[in-house]
Amino acid sequence: MNIKQIVGVVVFLLLVFIAVPWAIASSGRWDFYYTLTSVALLSIASAGVWLTFYIGRINIGQGAYALAGGYVSAVLIMQVGMNFWFTIPLAGIFCALLSVLIGVPILRLRGVYFAMVTLVLTEVMRLAALALPITNGAKGITSIPLPQELSLFGLTLIPDFSTLENPKLAFYFAAVSIMVICYAVLWRIVNSRLGHLCRSLQQNEELSASIGVHTAYLRVLAYSISSFFGGIAGAMFVAISQSIYPSSFQVADSINFMLNCFLGGLGYVFGPMLGTLVLYFGWDLLFTTGRYQLLIYSSLLIALILLLPNGILSIFSRKEKRS
Amino acid sequence: MEQILANGLYLGAQYALIALGLTLIFSLMNVLNFAHGQMYVFGGFVTYTVVAQLGLPFVVGLFVSAMTLAVMGAFIEKFLFRPVIKKSTREESTMLLAAGIAFFLDAVILLIFGEKQRGVPKIIDGVLNWDFRIIMPYDRILIGCLAVAMIIAFILFMQYSKTGRAMRALAQDRVAAQLMGVEVDRYSMIGFALGAMLAGLVGGLLVTITGVNLGMGGPTSIKAFLMIMIGGAGVISGAIAGGFILGMMESIGLTALSSYGDITYLVIFATLMVFLAIRPQGLMGKPWG
Repeated sequence: MNIKQIVGVVVFLLLVFIAVPWAIASSGRWDFYYTLTSVALLSIASAGVWLTFYIGRINIGQGAYALAGGYVSAVLIMQVGMNFWFTIPLAGIFCALLSVLIGVPILRLRGVYFAMVTLVLTEVMRLAALALPITNGAKGITSIPLPQELSLFGLTLIPDFSTLENPKLAFYFAAVSIMVICYAVLWRIVNSRLGHLCRSLQQNEELSASIGVHTAYLRVLAYSISSFFGGIAGAMFVAISQSIYPSSFQVADSINFMLNCFLGGLGYVFGPMLGTLVLYFGWDLLFTTGRYQLLIYSSLLIALILLLPNGILSIFSRKEKRS
Repeated sequence: MEQILANGLYLGAQYALIALGLTLIFSLMNVLNFAHGQMYVFGGFVTYTVVAQLGLPFVVGLFVSAMTLAVMGAFIEKFLFRPVIKKSTREESTMLLAAGIAFFLDAVILLIFGEKQRGVPKIIDGVLNWDFRIIMPYDRILIGCLAVAMIIAFILFMQYSKTGRAMRALAQDRVAAQLMGVEVDRYSMIGFALGAMLAGLVGGLLVTITGVNLGMGGPTSIKAFLMIMIGGAGVISGAIAGGFILGMMESIGLTALSSYGDITYLVIFATLMVFLAIRPQGLMGKPWG
């Protein structure tokens, strides 16, 4: 890490933890908290998708894991009575294990075949959530309580959300903190030995296998980390919306996770975060245009792809090349 | 039993026609066309407008729908896909574009045609009743036969016409085809237009039976993906086989599994995943598409 990167991280942290709440408080647009919290959570799931892109697979199945994670968290809270904060890692681990089971056969596929199978996986998960008894079918699980207090040796680490006067702000901080941790982990993975090996998979799987890289193990590992991200994003989402239905995450969401990565740029760790912000926030801002919302949104999307087919962040790399 | 098979064949003929367009576009340009379902819905609405609102005969509606979609496909290829494919570093970027086009078509359909379910009056009345073993309305039989005829016409076109040969060469090896003097850009455009036209034709055919509505696009795309996965992406015979297999599975599943609730598609998906784990390239596909 050089000085420039440290400064960038500090500026980013100041921005999300101090500048954004201050701007919202002074402008009075409290509804932005919900939008920004969603952006933070969706960008966690997108980070997972990005990691599968990093090993050269197109993943359109993140919605499945987000849904599974959400249900794990909801069932644990409602039926076991577990504290919400413990269900987050459990949801992530459950998704990671599930993804190992699913990933071992399907990760042999490549290209569009893998993309289509994962797309179908989202639909499978939705139908399974409809059919399984524990998920309560189409009615979903509703009126899930707000996150409880988390304390260590009597010391309150996270207060009970229902006693707070502004749970929206608390959710924002929680979601952004998790996002920061996830992206830090992602950045660390990409810049480690594991990341280099993943990059070799992206470029040529046969070649990297021939020089002794354990490709089958690596791609399952990357896929399970990706699903872990999806699971915790889904679990956190359940806490905010206090409900989950089979239609909470569907094919459209899975496609959006993929689009976030493309839009931000596949070659940049922070691409999915920016892509999510642009796509989700842009959609929200266009709400005032009423019935032309989708038309304007999709036209802008197409124009953006035509101008910058390698993602928004590719603007910067182009400048560097010229100078 | 005969009834189930007849239903399966009828569904399969339609499905195969949808899958053909998708697989054609995929084999020529390596583009997974997310907007295929939306194109199909658009074709249905065009037919509805021509037949039900302008009062013209059904054949005209079908023709107008096919032509509209063909022109639309040609423009989409020329002005959207071609520049993006040339400029992007990773081929998958076209997926983002295809999804953008799917959103765009959804918006256009919503603004022009509205969100209501639309259908046209039956082309012919009456029901075929063969000893209560097969009961099927005549218009379904007609649509099924039309779909089969179109599939045959498409195969003949791809086999024997010069354009068809050029497109098959392109699908096999892009560079080699270019070296042999095939105009790659021109035939890519024709291929995309043809694929879109097939989507428009199916939309026009199905609007007489099931009607169309705005929400049908996405699920149709997913079904089409399923079919080309079963048969193998980019292979014409595979798309046809996939369409008929899915139609048959749906027809049998709806009858055999009806006592267990709405789990037909869950079973189909699960079977498909097991199948793909054993044979990743589908029935007839090339490995690694």
